[in-house]
Amino acid sequence: MTWKQFFTSSIGKKFIMGLTGLFLISFLVVHCTINSMIFFNDGGEMFNTYAHFMSHNYIIRVIEVGLFAGLLAHIIQGLMLMKQNSAARPVGYAANAAGKNSKWYSRSMGLLGTLLLFFLVLHISKFFVNTKIALYSGDQPHNTFEEMKEYFQQLWVVVAYIAGVVSLFWHLLHGFPSAFQTLGINHKRYTPIIQAAGTAFSVIVCLLFALMPLSFYLGWIN
Amino acid sequence: MEHYTMNLTLKVWKQKNSSSQGAFETYQVKDISSEMSFLEMFDVLNEQLIRDGKDPIAFDHDCREGICGMCSMYINGQAHGPWAKNTTCQLHMRAFKDGDTIVVEPWRAAAFPVIKDLVVDRTAFDRIIQAGGYISVNTGNAVDANAIPIDKKDADDAFMAAACIGCGACVATCKNGSAMLFVSAKVSQLALLPQGEPERDTRVLNMVAQMDKEGFGNCTNTYACEAECPKGISVANIARMNREYLRAGLKAD
Repeated sequence: MTWKQFFTSSIGKKFIMGLTGLFLISFLVVHCTINSMIFFNDGGEMFNTYAHFMSHNYIIRVIEVGLFAGLLAHIIQGLMLMKQNSAARPVGYAANAAGKNSKWYSRSMGLLGTLLLFFLVLHISKFFVNTKIALYSGDQPHNTFEEMKEYFQQLWVVVAYIAGVVSLFWHLLHGFPSAFQTLGINHKRYTPIIQAAGTAFSVIVCLLFALMPLSFYLGWIN
Repeated sequence: MEHYTMNLTLKVWKQKNSSSQGAFETYQVKDISSEMSFLEMFDVLNEQLIRDGKDPIAFDHDCREGICGMCSMYINGQAHGPWAKNTTCQLHMRAFKDGDTIVVEPWRAAAFPVIKDLVVDRTAFDRIIQAGGYISVNTGNAVDANAIPIDKKDADDAFMAAACIGCGACVATCKNGSAMLFVSAKVSQLALLPQGEPERDTRVLNMVAQMDKEGFGNCTNTYACEAECPKGISVANIARMNREYLRAGLKAD
């Protein structure tokens, strides 16, 4: 069996989705924790210190390449799976009571992921690109906090961000426990803990993320 | 329980053969007893159609006691109809009310082409079994059944997996047309037992390879299969198959 055979089998593809998904979850922990420094409401001092560290530390910058690779693998594999899976049922049902046997968000991971992709284009083209421009043009120290404050004064941006976070919430609610099942972890005692942890993680992370643009817009942070 | 009779409107998929375009036909059935099975109701309808000189509806059935896995109707949007852990033949008309309209469709999957009306070709499952769903047994006298001690839990789990009747409801229900629940049950029932040990690695690799070749979709853990399985096969089997696949895949040359 070649590596290609292993990773292009239906189970191998699941492993790719699950492993990259868990990797992206670990990134969310870091991203959410650092961004939450804005809640100190100290004019962005604490937040900017961490943002500076993240954009300048060499280890972080190497991991960043891995992050993009993982994100791309998750997206490309996900889109390929969507295409293959819809080909596996060329004729649909006239009557389909899918709501009686599964959760809507479990059935909508492709759609939720696509919405997240649109959000990411908006998000990365603003903050990530600006940080990189500042880094390479020597425009330092770059004040990401001020940039956030200014950006989140626009209502459409706040709405777009909250829509992105809502998509993330449903995507995580299925994705978190699903990744463990994919990797073969299904157990009478552990699975309920994984599911509870997944729900808690989805709620906490998404609530914090949603509060960020909202707090700037409503002037809770300045 | 109260007995009653009912008049029903049936919208049934009619398709001449695998290459022709199918369409729904509407039928009226009268005085159906609440104690009839769903297939007996179809028998009544077919007799009526034959009397009227019309083409009866083709549907699969065999034992009619819920253990053969032949009956395969998608009833009002659910595999085997509205009752949980139940086959179409064991679905009784008391599940419906007088005046109901019932939509009946065949299993829908690229790997299960329609042969005629409600009958689909499920030989893809047979080919998956042929790829590895067996154990090697020496010829000669039968070995004593209790010669090899087996942990009670393993025996129970293997038995639960072996309850799969191969009806295909998991594929029919899955939004991806994935056969993971079926294949995982067949892998599990043998992987859990010492008798399945010699082919343990090749079994899971070959069966998954055949499953992919047949054009089934990929599992996305919606667990719709488990909810609609007439035998209550658990998705824990899918996790076990993933582990077996990982183990065998990493070990293989």
